[in-house]
Amino acid sequence: MTNDTEELHDLRLVVNGTPYEISVPARRLLSDALRHDIGLTGTHVGCEHGVCGACTIRMDGKPIRSCLLFAVSAQGAEITTVEGLTRSDGELGPVQQAFKECHGLQCGFCTPGFLTTITAGLEENPRPTREEAVDMIAGNLCRCTGYQNIVDAVLRASEIADEQGGEVSA
Amino acid sequence: MKPAPFSYARPTTLEEALEVLGTSGDAKVLAGGQSLVPLLSMRLAAPGLLVDINGLPGLSQVDCDSRGVRFGALVRHAELMADADAARVQPLLAKALGLVAHGTIRNRGTTVGSIVHADPAAEMPMVLRLLGGSITVASTGGTREIGAEEFFPGPMESSVRTDELAVSAWVPALADGAGVAVDEVARRHGDYALCGVAAVVGTEGGRITSVRAGYLSVCEVPTVVDLSEAFAAGTADEESLDAAADLALGALEPEDDIHASAAYRTQLARTLTRRVIRAAHDDALDRAGKEGPTP
Ligand SMILES: Cc1cc2nc3c(=O)[nH]c(=O)nc-3n(C[C@H](O)[C@H](O)[C@H](O)COP(=O)(O)OP(=O)(O)OC[C@H]3O[C@@H](n4cnc5c(N)ncnc54)[C@H](O)[C@@H]3O)c2cc1C
Ligand code: FES
Ligand code: FES
Repeated sequence: MTNDTEELHDLRLVVNGTPYEISVPARRLLSDALRHDIGLTGTHVGCEHGVCGACTIRMDGKPIRSCLLFAVSAQGAEITTVEGLTRSDGELGPVQQAFKECHGLQCGFCTPGFLTTITAGLEENPRPTREEAVDMIAGNLCRCTGYQNIVDAVLRASEIADEQGGEVSA
Repeated sequence: MKPAPFSYARPTTLEEALEVLGTSGDAKVLAGGQSLVPLLSMRLAAPGLLVDINGLPGLSQVDCDSRGVRFGALVRHAELMADADAARVQPLLAKALGLVAHGTIRNRGTTVGSIVHADPAAEMPMVLRLLGGSITVASTGGTREIGAEEFFPGPMESSVRTDELAVSAWVPALADGAGVAVDEVARRHGDYALCGVAAVVGTEGGRITSVRAGYLSVCEVPTVVDLSEAFAAGTADEESLDAAADLALGALEPEDDIHASAAYRTQLARTLTRRVIRAAHDDALDRAGKEGPTP
């Protein structure tokens, strides 16, 4: 339910390198601003209280939950969504490629959150052990895959990034 | 699952923030939002005004000296956990922070915010109480220091008034000869624990001189019990550990809730008390062997 008299805030959000000017009420969650006001629907919304991880994006490089942040609070930050993980030549990034090779997704609902989380995780730890890979994804829920293929994808993405000269993000 | 409408202020000076908090009467502080935003989205809270403190200068510092560690209201869990000086001066901080939520939530949630939120299932309120730390709060009327003893008057309640801002928290350094440990049982790694225990064991020449244990998710508020009298023999032998667990359970009244029965919590508290005291004792012996006094 929207309230017509609600005060709007004008903001500039830089998402995947592109600036967007939007006007939103203070209570607009960043996840909704990305999807509805900016039109980038790659960021998914599951639980809206921080538990599932589907809405994970990167803010100034770090993975965070976009459903636990108001868009007004993100003013001035550098935001990367799942759309920003594809390489500039249109090819899949290493984590996307690995998910494809390892069957890391079925319905794909949780996938954007996993891709952003793993991309940031591999930048911090480019050569994770299997146990570290499990820990990397421990905050994200998937209803479909049983996680084994996602863990495989983390390890495979690390190899692909290595083969391609070490760059895990686009 | 959307918050009700509210007004929003993002002050850029502490004075301005305290002024707004002092005059509104219906304001809430927004720090990392990792607990507040879910409460707003579920409409369990509907303040008229949110005062976003993320634009305030001077609240992101971690300051360490030989007496202890002070961390500001905007220090994120992840930053405090990665601070090597803080981990050296008071190692229980980083150990306990490793059990707080997942990395993604630690990137945004603040340790001071977690303490003010005062969830009895959270790690850092218990750690503040166990270590005997304090919180510095400010209002237009001035600043005051609140000791951890008085900081948690009731369930999900802290002593910070609605016109006050918690600016920093302080915990004392680990004493010479002391060791620390923390452990918990959660249904899934990163979730709130069903029961968690931390301990500080003091030693002199290898003999145990004092033992304190802190409990989370057991009672309605974070609870600390002095278990020193169980260790008259000076060692962490089986009898002493049994006596310590009995003593602890005599002082605690484990809660029943949807996650675990009181009987199961009792069992967890007993097992974790023994395990954590043993680990803290080993930690003390390790430190005595390896290191001189902290900086
Ligand atoms: C999925 C999930 C799992 C989690 N698991 C755990 C866990 O296992 N253990 C754990 O301890 N925590 C857990 N948390 C909570 C997390 O640690 C939060 O960071 C913390 O509880 C609150 O910190 P915050 O900075 O986000 O505070 P906010 O959410 O911004 O604020 C929380 C409350 O404190 C008040 N407040 C905050 N800062 C100040 C201040 N400086 N002065 C005055 N009032 C203030 C606010 O007004 C509000 O009432 C979890 C959260 C999520 C979403
Ligand atoms: S939608 Fe944000 S964590 Fe579930
Ligand atoms: S692939 Fe369906 S929820 Fe993860």
